[in-house]
Amino acid sequence: MKAAPFEYSRAADIDEACAWLAADENARIIAGGQTLVPMMAMRLARPTRLVDINRIAGLSYIRADGDAIAIGATTRQCDLERDALVARDLPLMAKAIPWIGHAATRARGTIGGSLSNADPAAEQALMAVTLDAVLNYREAGKTAEIKARDFFIGPMVTALPAAACLTGVRYPVWRGKIGIGFHEVNARRSDFAFVSAAVQVELGADGMCKRIAIGVGAATDFPMRLDSAEAQLTGTMLDAAAVKDAVTQALADIEAMDDLHASAAYRKRVAVSLACRAVADARASALGEKIHAH
Amino acid sequence: MRIELDINGETRELEVEPRTTLLDCLRDQMQLTGAHAGCEHGVCGACTVLFDGVAVRACLIFAPQAQGSKITTIEGVTPGPGEMSVIQDAFCETHGMQCGYCTPAMVLVAHALLVDNPNPTREQIVDAISGNICRCTGYAQIIDAIALAAERLRGANRPVEQRV
Ligand SMILES: Cc1cc2nc3c(=O)[nH]c(=O)nc-3n(C[C@H](O)[C@H](O)[C@H](O)COP(=O)(O)OP(=O)(O)OC[C@H]3O[C@@H](n4cnc5c(N)ncnc54)[C@H](O)[C@@H]3O)c2cc1C
Ligand code: FES
Ligand code: FES
Repeated sequence: MKAAPFEYSRAADIDEACAWLAADENARIIAGGQTLVPMMAMRLARPTRLVDINRIAGLSYIRADGDAIAIGATTRQCDLERDALVARDLPLMAKAIPWIGHAATRARGTIGGSLSNADPAAEQALMAVTLDAVLNYREAGKTAEIKARDFFIGPMVTALPAAACLTGVRYPVWRGKIGIGFHEVNARRSDFAFVSAAVQVELGADGMCKRIAIGVGAATDFPMRLDSAEAQLTGTMLDAAAVKDAVTQALADIEAMDDLHASAAYRKRVAVSLACRAVADARASALGEKIHAH
Repeated sequence: MRIELDINGETRELEVEPRTTLLDCLRDQMQLTGAHAGCEHGVCGACTVLFDGVAVRACLIFAPQAQGSKITTIEGVTPGPGEMSVIQDAFCETHGMQCGYCTPAMVLVAHALLVDNPNPTREQIVDAISGNICRCTGYAQIIDAIALAAERLRGANRPVEQRV
């Protein structure tokens, strides 16, 4: 369980990191190391050079940016977990973070690493897709952006160019009568999800659904949005039977993952249940009702 | 490559291969064998050390990455040679260990928890140690140990950082 030899470079700034990546196609960025180091220990990854971005000044931040919250790529999960701005403006993310590994892995793991790694079960990938995040990256001295829904393209595969460094992510903030719901099924809370569901709603004064985002993670190759259900439920009172109908239809044709932990049929069935529960919780929390833990 | 590490308040200069984990560096080059090697890929928690005061897995950090941070190992938490910290004492008294493999890590996790939160609930203690596997005790006495240490430390007439 020892990594193969490699060269180590601590990058002083993003462009230096990108230059190292451009110079060697087997060079890899190391952020929190909570996925990359185990992969290297198991020799599933054998980078020739590690480009350490942990000490790049100004790459770790959480700040309000117009109608969004902007988060720097090397911001650690534990910093997000404790942040007042995240708790207030990104309550869905605040709710999901305790499900990401353990305190000791959240102390090192970064949001940029989690997104770049693109595990189908990663809570941060589900958050980015559900909240319509926009990711920023730098490559060869140029800055570019990509929507979360275009970023994830397969299990552990993203649209990020090979010599690019993710620099930050912006999450639009919803204002008004907002509610959230998050549910996950796994072996233990700290383990990767078999299925997860995240929902954010905005209700009108009369309790009618003005806007809803429903995301499902770990069921398919990368987190998905239930677009048809969202369209169907907007403008309704989110009545339980209608929610179940809409969610069931939206998930009817998915190609669910199938592995030792959970069969495709199980994942599909649980996805429906969790998405319905998350919608119910989101509605209840927007109305200020108490949510019963299951 | 040459690196400089701040371990238990002492600066040490070392020659390492970049692929040397902080865990192997502590154990093999500094004879600080209190950090244990269990799985060496991040799942068991036996290798826990404090990295700038925060509990992390030493098997998931390469030694050169630790340059510039303060590392505390179990060897660094005792008040003096031959003495034990309040938390270590509490582990003895409540039988918070059997084989001892997980124990240094559990003590350090408790250390980080109690500096941050002197009055943890049972649930918060369980959450804090949830990343550390113990194959012997069934965890109950470990939780008791941390609760006992918390109670004693709250009673101590010293600022939090100096108590633990
Ligand atoms: C015991 C354990 C349990 C875990 N449980 C969970 C869980 O329940 N849910 C979950 O989501 N995760 C879990 N994780 C993974 C953890 O969240 C990781 O922190 C995360 O997946 C990767 O983030 P990192 O910063 O550690 O990235 P690293 O491991 O450093 O890097 C991961 C990958 O991303 C690339 N990368 C990193 N940063 C950038 C960047 N800025 N630009 C471009 N590429 C970059 C690296 O090159 C590498 O390929 C767990 C990990 C452990 C050890
Ligand atoms: S040895 Fe580090 S977590 Fe198991
Ligand atoms: S006391 Fe033996 S593993 Fe915990």
